[in-house]
Amino acid sequence: MTNRIDRRSLLRLSGAGAIAAGSGGLAGILASGRAPAYAQTTSIHWVRWSDFVPSSDKLLREKILPEGEKALGMKIVLETINANDIQARVTAAIQAGVGPDIIMALNNWPQLYATSLADVSDITEEIGNAQGGYYDMAKNVGIYQGRWIGVPWAIGGGLVVYRKSWLADIGYEKFPVTWDQWHDAGKKWKASGHPIGQTLGHTFGDAPGFWYPYLWSWGGKEVEADGKTVALNSKETLESVKFAVPFWNDCCDPGGLAWDDSSNNRAFLAGTIAATNNGASIYLEAKKKPQTYLTDKGMPMKDDISHAPLGTGAGGHFALPGPFIHMLMGYSKNQKAAKDFLRWVNSKPVFGQWFTSQQGYTDGATKIWEKDPVWNLDPVMEPFKHLPSAGRLAGYAGPPSQKAAEVQTKYIIVDMYAKAVQGMKPEDSVKWAHNELVKVYS
Amino acid sequence: MTFTTVAAPRAYVGSPRRGPLTRLLEDERWLAMLLLLPTVALLGLFIAYPFVKGVMLSVTDARVGVPGHFVGLQNFVNVWNDGIFRVAVWNTCAYTFVATVFKLALGLWLAVLLNRHFRGKAITRAFILLPFIIPTVLSTLAWKWMFDPTFSVINWGLFRLGVIHGRINWLGDPNLALISVIIVNIWRGLPFYAITLLAGLQTISPELHEAAAIDGARAWQRFRHVTWPLLLPVTLVVTLFSVIQTFADFQLVYVLTGGGPANATQLFATYAYQIGIGTGLLSQGATISLAVFPVLLLVVIFQLFYIRKAEVH
Repeated sequence: MTNRIDRRSLLRLSGAGAIAAGSGGLAGILASGRAPAYAQTTSIHWVRWSDFVPSSDKLLREKILPEGEKALGMKIVLETINANDIQARVTAAIQAGVGPDIIMALNNWPQLYATSLADVSDITEEIGNAQGGYYDMAKNVGIYQGRWIGVPWAIGGGLVVYRKSWLADIGYEKFPVTWDQWHDAGKKWKASGHPIGQTLGHTFGDAPGFWYPYLWSWGGKEVEADGKTVALNSKETLESVKFAVPFWNDCCDPGGLAWDDSSNNRAFLAGTIAATNNGASIYLEAKKKPQTYLTDKGMPMKDDISHAPLGTGAGGHFALPGPFIHMLMGYSKNQKAAKDFLRWVNSKPVFGQWFTSQQGYTDGATKIWEKDPVWNLDPVMEPFKHLPSAGRLAGYAGPPSQKAAEVQTKYIIVDMYAKAVQGMKPEDSVKWAHNELVKVYS
Repeated sequence: MTFTTVAAPRAYVGSPRRGPLTRLLEDERWLAMLLLLPTVALLGLFIAYPFVKGVMLSVTDARVGVPGHFVGLQNFVNVWNDGIFRVAVWNTCAYTFVATVFKLALGLWLAVLLNRHFRGKAITRAFILLPFIIPTVLSTLAWKWMFDPTFSVINWGLFRLGVIHGRINWLGDPNLALISVIIVNIWRGLPFYAITLLAGLQTISPELHEAAAIDGARAWQRFRHVTWPLLLPVTLVVTLFSVIQTFADFQLVYVLTGGGPANATQLFATYAYQIGIGTGLLSQGATISLAVFPVLLLVVIFQLFYIRKAEVH
């Protein structure tokens, strides 16, 4: 968008052109063939979630974006909103054909809006090539019919956060690996008044974040690789459900049936649970306020916290990390400026500042960030480095399609376990979930 | 010779010739239409258009950003075969029915109490409105804390009083979860009933009560034969509004449970949002929303019929 140039801007333009083109005034500008950057009035509207690491949002607002405005000669308006509200915002913008130029998506959302997004293959390939290539999961979510529909930004995800002293109290030197060990440890923890805290409610992050990898670890899967043939009702899935019922009753906080994504944070920091699957936000909060969050012995809780991967079953061990991807909206009238901005903000020096501010809360979307010194700063955060390589996406063994998103949104996999825990026969809950999946994938 | 000048009588000159517009507006039918036009435009823009748009979406396979093709009633067939939708239908009916009955009974009781004279009447009436004034999301968040299985103040209170010995899993148990959301709905909707019925009560002349009392009617008889019949039209209108609002409730359940656990509190509106926005299936979301329409239409027709009947009496 270009405004009319008034007398004052013309004078400024003239002077700037002189410097930019290395010759005099307007002649210089004309010779350079382009207007100097800061005379343009292009404005980019960028929508992101309100970060779980607030200092990263602060860094963007106070340092990175002012630098970007200077370097690119455009105005960049950053708007941060609740993660739960992003989809409503995207839907309204696409249907109306106006709205933010760039919107950050979580999980497999870009696949839902693929036909309404701009092709950003050129800049994405450029960034990927310069930064060691993208993880497969970033590619799976970001590529639609051979073209990139978003620029992967980072990958977030959960690990088990636990209290070291309470692990030692029940006689474990290392965090349990197999599900049988989990059951044994959980029973002891619950008996001592500190159960495992895990949500089985309708909440977008922590519920699928635990129960999808749990299913995969037993060898269960939603669909075959063709993305059509529903394969949920299997011996492996049934075993996972049969195990989940006593595991829940013996080891977990029953309140988890109604927990949202923040409930386990509160419970852990209040010292009512011994372990929970979560992002690094619990530890980072305890680290930020060492005098507020204390152990029962009065020591800072942060020193009693560590992270471990989810349990391992016959099928292996997995995680469900969530890629963050910036979608350049197809309706945007600022395509070039938005691409210039995305290229700039994803460049190593700029993204690196933001990445450091996350302190390991997220991984990079490209492999180069595995070697970043941020991982050496705090050994408690180091396990997060390996998340993307153990990650699978909802819809496995099929692609993270719109159908997979529908299954996730309807919480069918989560509810399969919730129903069994609430008393439905495991065989019936698996059959129910299988039939629901068949309806979705038909 | 004296001449008296007598001005010749001026020929009658009618008012300036009326334009066709003036003549048109002198016709009451056209004037009425013109005066109604702003209302019709507003209703059309904000009610008819979204409704028609919803109907059009529901007969296509539209997704976000994809206009879709005409698929007839296929979405309705799909929705009918959807187990979660059926759960939502049952939940919504139970939620609306139970909440409405309690809101009506308690609201009426409260209105009768507030209609009496006592010290601090004005401030009590103002306080009664609080649940209705506070934004639903905020008050529901407070309830969420009160129902929190670990930090519930209700559990703490009951435990201290020795009523319970373990924790009550308010939002985690499927039956209790539905009861909990109904309790919050009653708490929030009660002031609307109480204040509106109070206004209705105040239009009833005290002389009627006095006359009935002189004739020997007791309190209950006075209520049954004087208050209730005169209050009925207001009660029906309040119930009508309340049923419509409760049937289409969204924020309360969305904040408290998100429709969980295992869809135990899933309502029409929360499910429509989940499908329409969460999955991008606008057509199916619209179909689920429209499924409410025939039920509400029946409720409206039934109640309006009774309101007219009550007015005639």
